[in-house]
Amino acid sequence: MSEYKKKDIDEISGVETTGHEWDGLKELNNPLPRWWVWVFLVTCIWSLWYFVVYPAWPVAGGATKGTSGYTQFKELAASQAEIIARQQVYIEKFEQADFDKVLNDPALYSFATAGGAAAFKDNCATCHGSGAEGSQGYPNLNDDDWLWGGKVEDIYTTLQHGIRVHNDYDTRTSQMPAFGKEGLLKTEQINDVVDYVVALKGGHDAASLQGYDIFQQNCASCHGADGKGLREFGAPNLTDAIWLYGGKRADIYQSVFYSRAGMMPAWKNRLDENTIRQLAIYVHQLGGGE
Amino acid sequence: MNDNTAVKYNYDIVRMFTLATCFWGIVGMLGGVFIALQMAFPALNLEPYLTFGRLRPLHTSGVIFAFGGNALFATSYYVVQRTCRTRLWGDKWASFTFWGYQAFIVMAALGYVLGVTQAKEYAEPEWYADLWLTIVWVAYLVVYMMTVVNRKEPHLYVANWFFLAFIITVAVLHIGNNLSLPVDWRYAKSYSVPAGVQSAMIQWWYGHNAVGFFLTAGFLGMMYYFIPKRAERPVYSYRLSIVHFWSLIFIYIWAGPHHLHYTALPDWAQTLGMTFSIMLWMPSWGGMINGMMTLSGAWHKLRKDPVLQFMIVALAFYGMSTFEGPLMSIRAVNSLSHYTDWTIGHVHSGALGWVGFITFGCLYYLVPKLWGREELYSLKLVSTHLWVATFGIVLYISSMWVSGIMQGLMWRSYNEYGFLTYSFVETVEAMHPYYIIRATGGILYLAGALIMSYNFYRTIKGDVAKNEVDKDGNPRQAISAASLVAAE
Repeated sequence: MSEYKKKDIDEISGVETTGHEWDGLKELNNPLPRWWVWVFLVTCIWSLWYFVVYPAWPVAGGATKGTSGYTQFKELAASQAEIIARQQVYIEKFEQADFDKVLNDPALYSFATAGGAAAFKDNCATCHGSGAEGSQGYPNLNDDDWLWGGKVEDIYTTLQHGIRVHNDYDTRTSQMPAFGKEGLLKTEQINDVVDYVVALKGGHDAASLQGYDIFQQNCASCHGADGKGLREFGAPNLTDAIWLYGGKRADIYQSVFYSRAGMMPAWKNRLDENTIRQLAIYVHQLGGGE
Repeated sequence: MNDNTAVKYNYDIVRMFTLATCFWGIVGMLGGVFIALQMAFPALNLEPYLTFGRLRPLHTSGVIFAFGGNALFATSYYVVQRTCRTRLWGDKWASFTFWGYQAFIVMAALGYVLGVTQAKEYAEPEWYADLWLTIVWVAYLVVYMMTVVNRKEPHLYVANWFFLAFIITVAVLHIGNNLSLPVDWRYAKSYSVPAGVQSAMIQWWYGHNAVGFFLTAGFLGMMYYFIPKRAERPVYSYRLSIVHFWSLIFIYIWAGPHHLHYTALPDWAQTLGMTFSIMLWMPSWGGMINGMMTLSGAWHKLRKDPVLQFMIVALAFYGMSTFEGPLMSIRAVNSLSHYTDWTIGHVHSGALGWVGFITFGCLYYLVPKLWGREELYSLKLVSTHLWVATFGIVLYISSMWVSGIMQGLMWRSYNEYGFLTYSFVETVEAMHPYYIIRATGGILYLAGALIMSYNFYRTIKGDVAKNEVDKDGNPRQAISAASLVAAE
């Protein structure tokens, strides 16, 4: 034991060691750094204060409530109230105004498009794209080529009831026949009518083509004699450059042979009335509203 | 009384764990790089075995338990023998802990890719792997305790307190969080005994203390031996080591609820988690101060010795992330940071900066000692490793700070009309560039680990690179072991 009593001083620092040594390692007997002790104490005192002010310790029948009366539900309600207050300024007026009135009231119009934009990104962007640019099979909503109508009321109806929704009687329906698959037209007839549509699309005088008669007999009832489409059937215009399922000859052949029938959900069961109206206004102002 | 030459230490077991550390480190980091790339380029999710959901636990377990765990085994077995001046107790038991632990890692990893998980973060392995690990861990404790009992030194060195706290607490945490009933003994599936918010609370009591006792206490044990050894200086303050040790282990164990702010967890439990995290700040920093101040009077050594640089940079990252942790546990800060990339960045400043760097530093000290070499093959390569890896960490954590805070702000942003400004997918889109920067940081860090492994390979072979100096700046003679053999 005597060797532990002998003072062992570290030469470089001049500080005493504890006198022990392990594998050549020693420990200096430096005091605790003052600032370290103080900061530690301050954090402890701050915690004690926090215990008093906030719910902190479990006791019989619950926990200490804290002098501030804080609960996370109150905090949530307070921050929700702040957001709800912002909507509250407009919401009543918006509910009472018809579309015409909203479109002509700049403040309500801005409110509606803001709400529509938020709802669009969460509900519609998955298919139509975050810029509403669409993709193959999902219409671009920025242009003025509307299958089912581009007035704000039309868009509202489409949103409410969807397209080809099984259990919604007011849904947009119509069905192009699968001319090839169902044997309504022979392969060569399909080829002829596709050639005719390709010519129509290109803006050529196509009346002399063989497909002309086939088109008039089979397609014109929905797409119109001039091929410019009819909205009551959701039948697209075949004379422009906008092709939902692709405008290459092979794509058009595919459409005629198997037909196409895209669908969109009926949002009335998923979103509230205000949100659907906001969405209609938002989509309407994207560029192609009528 | 400090004659170490008389004791025949068990270095075989330390060598095995050291090599396993390097191997699993590379596997785990490679997994990390791959899932980082999956975040940036989702097409890399190769179904069903190599999706993010299955590879993420493979990465976390790979780096925490396989890399970190093997490093802890290696260093604790080395330190306990030398500071107790006695051979490691029970050669066969020690050998069992090695093969048993590797078997656990393989069992866990296979489970992950096959979709077997109990869905508890950092405790994903199912009941059969958990039981096996319990057996291995008890053997570890027995080997360690028996060595301590057989010690030839009257006192127990500070590193051993930390290693013991780590071994014992991890055992308690592991058993507590894995209490579950198998559906059938023939099946991997089990159900957790506690349910609902109790289960969540126990999970984060475990999860946070996996950080506290596995990744902090254990690695502080490494720090307390290898920094004074490499610096050839006494530990700065014995008193500080005692006070910060007891305050650290007493306070850490309560901090878990800060992972469950604004959840179904009662307010009072959240308060305790948060306040204990704040009080944890100084106890955590005690280790950093003691390590850094150990260099007082020897700061000049830091200029020349990249191994010491590794250890000190590790302490700097430790100090930074143990400041950031309490900060993020504050309710108001947490409401912004929670569920964002900020958390990922925080974890990685601790994991890459502290755990990784202190391990690299210790291994660089250890490998020449274990294989009887004077010094490493090349200290210049150590320096290269240090800079490549540090740059990688800086890319990683700064990109995650920016991306995480941006993500949090975008989530909570409402416009003047009271509608959300951004949709979720817009926040994901905004994070894409930062995901690429993060993956780049990870690739650099992995490259550093490969440089280290090459350096070890050449060191073990017995080579010394050309134009090398030792840690004090004295020139070394280049050696090529292969040409020596050829000359004979």
